[in-house]
Amino acid sequence: MRPSTLVYVSAELTPGGATAALSARRRSTVAAALARPSGRAGLVLLAVTLAVAIGAPLIAGQDPFALSGAPLSPPSFAHLMGTDALGRDLLSGVAHGGRASLLIAAAVTLVAVACGVSVGIIAGFRGGLVDDLLSRAVELFQVIPRLFIVAIVMALFGPGLDRLILTLGLTSWPTLARVVRGEVLATRNLDYILASRALGASPGYIAARGLLPNVMPGVLVMAGLLFGQALLTEASLGFLGLGDPSTLSWGLLVGQSQGFLRVAWWLTAFPGLAITVAILSFNLLADALSAVRGGR
Amino acid sequence: MTRWYLLRRLLQVIPTVVGIALVAFLLIHLAPGDPIVALAGEHGDAAYYAFMRERFGLNESLPRQLATFLARIASGDLGYSYVQGRATLVVIAERIPATALLGGSAILLATVVAVPLGVLAARRPDGAMDGTVSTLALTLFSAPTFWLAQMAIVCFAVATGLFPVQGMTTAGAEQSGTRHFADVARHLVLPACVLAAQEMAVLVRLTRSALIDELARDHIRTARAKGLAEFWVVVRHAFPRALVPALTVVGARVGHVLAGAALVEIVFGWPGMGRLLLSALQTRDSPILIGLFIVVAFSVVFLNLVSDLLHAAIDPRVRLG
Repeated sequence: MRPSTLVYVSAELTPGGATAALSARRRSTVAAALARPSGRAGLVLLAVTLAVAIGAPLIAGQDPFALSGAPLSPPSFAHLMGTDALGRDLLSGVAHGGRASLLIAAAVTLVAVACGVSVGIIAGFRGGLVDDLLSRAVELFQVIPRLFIVAIVMALFGPGLDRLILTLGLTSWPTLARVVRGEVLATRNLDYILASRALGASPGYIAARGLLPNVMPGVLVMAGLLFGQALLTEASLGFLGLGDPSTLSWGLLVGQSQGFLRVAWWLTAFPGLAITVAILSFNLLADALSAVRGGR
Repeated sequence: MTRWYLLRRLLQVIPTVVGIALVAFLLIHLAPGDPIVALAGEHGDAAYYAFMRERFGLNESLPRQLATFLARIASGDLGYSYVQGRATLVVIAERIPATALLGGSAILLATVVAVPLGVLAARRPDGAMDGTVSTLALTLFSAPTFWLAQMAIVCFAVATGLFPVQGMTTAGAEQSGTRHFADVARHLVLPACVLAAQEMAVLVRLTRSALIDELARDHIRTARAKGLAEFWVVVRHAFPRALVPALTVVGARVGHVLAGAALVEIVFGWPGMGRLLLSALQTRDSPILIGLFIVVAFSVVFLNLVSDLLHAAIDPRVRLG
């Protein structure tokens, strides 16, 4: 009887079994988050944002770079958001610009999540000197002023999407790493991890199958916030005139508006509103998810 | 014990400060082209470049250069702006008071407004008041700072003329004493409110969640059980302890405040470090850019340290734990 008991126990305690149980719980976490008012509002706003970005050619027929009306004409039926200083349709600009902005933010989030999760898991799981060194690195990256360093990189290296995404991604991960490290520290000595260790699972297997599923909800919350931050920084760089001039993005649009503040309020109002709605949607979703998980 | 905490916390600053200098060094050397351009700017002549090359030891090995660079920073030498014709540190130092005034008033304003709002929201979690306050906070948190600043100008300065559009003082007006003070204050209102908005959003959420946690504790139940009025339960028993995270997070938010201040300054033409950043970006004045990076990062480290020590002074668990 003893061996079979052991097999039975280990089957339940293997990371694989735990993962199955966890993934069911994870699904219900997401469902519960979307059932909250903030989660639902976030989902609606996100859907609107994505629909506008994806359906840009349908919503705004004109080429965003084409001269389609009198310069600086206020919003009208022909140009719902007005036109810019060259007579280009602003609605087309906002719809098409969303594509670049959202893609840039997604790439930044991906880089940051990859860094943050790796650093957090390694620091929490290995402990000791590795943890000390990585934690110092996290502290360093947390005090580095992100907007300043990205602006300086753009000025010294010249504007470009690659360096924008890399610099933003590589400076955005510290908070995420802290969260992941905390969760790993709380899980690393739980029975199912000890059991799979005792069964001889390799550290890589334990990290991927045992720890990773457990930190995912926390990562999801942080990823939502990071996405919003990336959109914000891209827009801020555009405002500073450091965006890539060949890529039409929300940042580029708001960058052009400052000079016309007194004469053309719409040049500021609509791109800014689009950025706010997009960021708000991610923040609402992150908020709902963390509320379901017991944080506030 | 307390002395040990102080020592440990002070020692922690060293690797961070060295790390910041290292990042600045890397920026200079990774930038395309000759590092002399990043150090001395694009506008120098051959003799000046040769002088700078000698001064920063650019003809020596990389480790020696790093040592020279660190020694220069340690002695407060951040280089020389060829564009401005003055020492970098002097140029930056002139801008600090304006940024400090803007950032300081914004933090003060945010705290004064946010803490009571957070308390109101926490009184009935998920109630109507909480919903309104939390939604407002999240929306403000999501709006780009420079956009709020631009909209404030469009709505309150251009349309109504209530406030000045640009600057810190009225141009051409030679004023002194209280007149000068009133003039600066009038120019400060809009930028400070805009900068405060985002900090307010963070502080509201923080105060709210800290107070909700605090109101669930045993000593609150005891206070309620002995028949204390709810107002005094909140104000006397829950509030002081819920205030701690709000007080300490201000230090951790300094980096955000400075970045926000830079954007607000640019929109409002406020003569602080943000305006300096923009002009240095436009003239590719790299000594100023690197200098600003170092000064801002060091200020963040310093103010984080102050806020941590403050936290330790209020909460014995920090310094003894």
